[in-house]
Amino acid sequence: MSTDTLDTLGPEGLPHMDNPSLPYLRGERIPHIWCPGCGIGTTVNCFTRALGEAVSDLDKVAIVSGIGCTGRVAGYMNLDSFHTTHGRAIPFAAGLKLARPEMKVVVYSGDGDLFAIGGNHFVHAARRNMDLMVVCVNNFTYGMTGGQLAPTTPEGASQTTMPFGNFEKPMSLPFLADAAGASFVARWTVFHVRQLTRTLREALGKQGFRFIEILAPCPTLFLRRNRLGDGVDMVRVYKERSKIRDGADTKDVDLGMDGDIIVGKFVDRERPTWLQSMNAHYQQVFGERYRPWGGVREQD
Amino acid sequence: MTADPLGVLTGVHFIDGDHAACEGALAAGCRFVAGYPITPSTEIVERFASRIPLVGGVFIQMEDELAASIAVQGAIWGGQKSMTVTSGPGLSLMMEHIGLAAFTEVPLVIIDVQRGGPSTGLPTLPAQADMMQVKWGSHGDYEIIALCPSSPQECFDLTVRAFNLAEQWRTPVFVMMDEVVGHMTERVQIPAPEAIEVVERRWTGLKPGDYRPFQPAEDLVPDMVRVGDGYRIHVTGLTHDERGYPAMNPAAQDKLVRRLATKIRDAGDALVDVREEACEDADVIVVSYGITSRVAQAAVEQARAQGVRVGHARLVIAWPFPSQRMAELAARTKAFVVPELNLGQMSREVERAVAGRVPVRLIDHAGGTVHEPDRILAGILEAAR
Amino acid sequence: MSQDKPVRQAKGTVFVRPEVCKGCAYCIEFCPTECLGFSEEFNAKGYHYPVLKHPEECTGCGLCGLYCPDFAIFGIRLKDIPQAASEPPVPPKAG
Repeated sequence: MSTDTLDTLGPEGLPHMDNPSLPYLRGERIPHIWCPGCGIGTTVNCFTRALGEAVSDLDKVAIVSGIGCTGRVAGYMNLDSFHTTHGRAIPFAAGLKLARPEMKVVVYSGDGDLFAIGGNHFVHAARRNMDLMVVCVNNFTYGMTGGQLAPTTPEGASQTTMPFGNFEKPMSLPFLADAAGASFVARWTVFHVRQLTRTLREALGKQGFRFIEILAPCPTLFLRRNRLGDGVDMVRVYKERSKIRDGADTKDVDLGMDGDIIVGKFVDRERPTWLQSMNAHYQQVFGERYRPWGGVREQD
Repeated sequence: MTADPLGVLTGVHFIDGDHAACEGALAAGCRFVAGYPITPSTEIVERFASRIPLVGGVFIQMEDELAASIAVQGAIWGGQKSMTVTSGPGLSLMMEHIGLAAFTEVPLVIIDVQRGGPSTGLPTLPAQADMMQVKWGSHGDYEIIALCPSSPQECFDLTVRAFNLAEQWRTPVFVMMDEVVGHMTERVQIPAPEAIEVVERRWTGLKPGDYRPFQPAEDLVPDMVRVGDGYRIHVTGLTHDERGYPAMNPAAQDKLVRRLATKIRDAGDALVDVREEACEDADVIVVSYGITSRVAQAAVEQARAQGVRVGHARLVIAWPFPSQRMAELAARTKAFVVPELNLGQMSREVERAVAGRVPVRLIDHAGGTVHEPDRILAGILEAAR
Repeated sequence: MSQDKPVRQAKGTVFVRPEVCKGCAYCIEFCPTECLGFSEEFNAKGYHYPVLKHPEECTGCGLCGLYCPDFAIFGIRLKDIPQAASEPPVPPKAG
């Protein structure tokens, strides 16, 4: 179904207008596969607005996803886009970034993908300050496979593989990102669309390893199983439970089934990126003999 | 085109196979390596890391082999020639990304310096027991190319060739070394850059909008673009159509999987390299590859001294397997002898190709060292009887 | 609406693509002026989609478009619509 043929209802007498997100999307692939009330599309909406505000040449932005519901984001973006293997979006993106340093490379994936199977890569990319922007849509579950335990599932929540309630302690993603050395760490929920858009825009304009966690409802598998209502009910809960604390200590931002949801920009620090460090170090060691790495030579 | 002089150490060197393979990669234009240390392959990345500051490029030691084997794919889409290097346990970890590279047609080179296995096995000692894994190890149907050097000189030559084949066919290409050939030091002659043939990427001539990333050319291989050049490509490990978009149906699966297999299976002589010696009128033909071919050569010569008419066919390209050539040889010989450092891998391929017309005698070895030539000789003499 | 309130002049409006809407209600729930409601009609997939129930209340703030996970609605200020400034628009009928 091509979106060009989908009717847009607008006020009579006004010219037809397209959704402002559409130029950033592969329109022929919409409608997308996400469930009614899933928050992933909302994050994409905010991301498209941020791209529009922060980037002048979209040809110089690449997006890389892993596997899962959020792993489908790359395929909907009208950018150079890669839907890679489960957990390995970050190392793919690192290779791409180092091969073409003039590109902005965004990793967009889910909590299970980035922090369970891909956790090791996240830690090391943050440690190296790899020049990547990593957006994690955290819905607390494995949606694509049917609602299994995630490393972020709150204690007490029921999942198909934790049918009597989760007894594991979940991972605090901002705390991990901070400890591993990320340059920029923020968290919002899909309630905070304006703040999220602003943070995504800010992060797109920065260098180094940038991490943005976005809490989003999974109505089909997390909410229904835990009798938490629809997507919109959960977003209302985000509104009620959220406290904006810019600069909060990331050790204090744990999430549970109840209690405050601390959101805001937690970390923003300057560190040389991996490539800057390599070039600076070898310049020092080899002097003028060093051939600094800036990317590919022009095509013959 | 020919090699970029910056990467070519022209001259005569006395180096081991690992170092020679690294020089081969540099000569072929490889400027990005992501690796993870593993014996007995580590010297390749160590040399690359020390060479690259003055050549220009990137070496990054990743956190594991999964990371290494996909970072290089990111770099390749970014326009670089790129490889990773490993040994058995690391190759096992790379399997998922070998499938990704085959399915998304990434011109990826992987050097596997084989050691005894399974599991941690014999880290410092040789084997040739990854030959089936490298062909079949990732799930699903796909084809790869595998080259088998038997000397440090060939480690150089065949690594250059591996890059060229990868660019031409857009499928993973493996250099199947082993611990002995990797650590054996011999004379290696590196030619002048203008004497080294280098195959460039199949850059498309089409403009964005006209270009489809998985639309095959006549040889069934699609042309490529580089990220950042305005084509806005999508690449997925899901079954995909020519636009690169997911296509979740049996027809799309059939079309794509068959094309990927056929482009290699129907390549014909372009992907056959069997070095034959005295096979035309041989009563017995020894089929060998890699380091074992050098041990076998001694046995072949001893057998000839005893009056046996014995030929030697060395597989330089082991995958795709030269089935047709083996069948032709089967029509004019009485027996095959296949020595290999495993309990029977490529010998099964010889059996399959020969299809029962003549006996195939495996001279196996569990690995850890090379064969005693006498065992191969005994096999030849028995086969000739 | 109460008789006491002065009649408001719409400052904005919304554009909706009913066929990609999945009826999640994000736009309706989080509209600051509560001017949106569900259509009475279904789209082809069986979802009620949003319509402007109180067009005069719409400010064109665009939040509905930011919230919408399906790229099905967006709001815009009338003065940002090309050629719209000259005559006041006739709002679409509530479904």
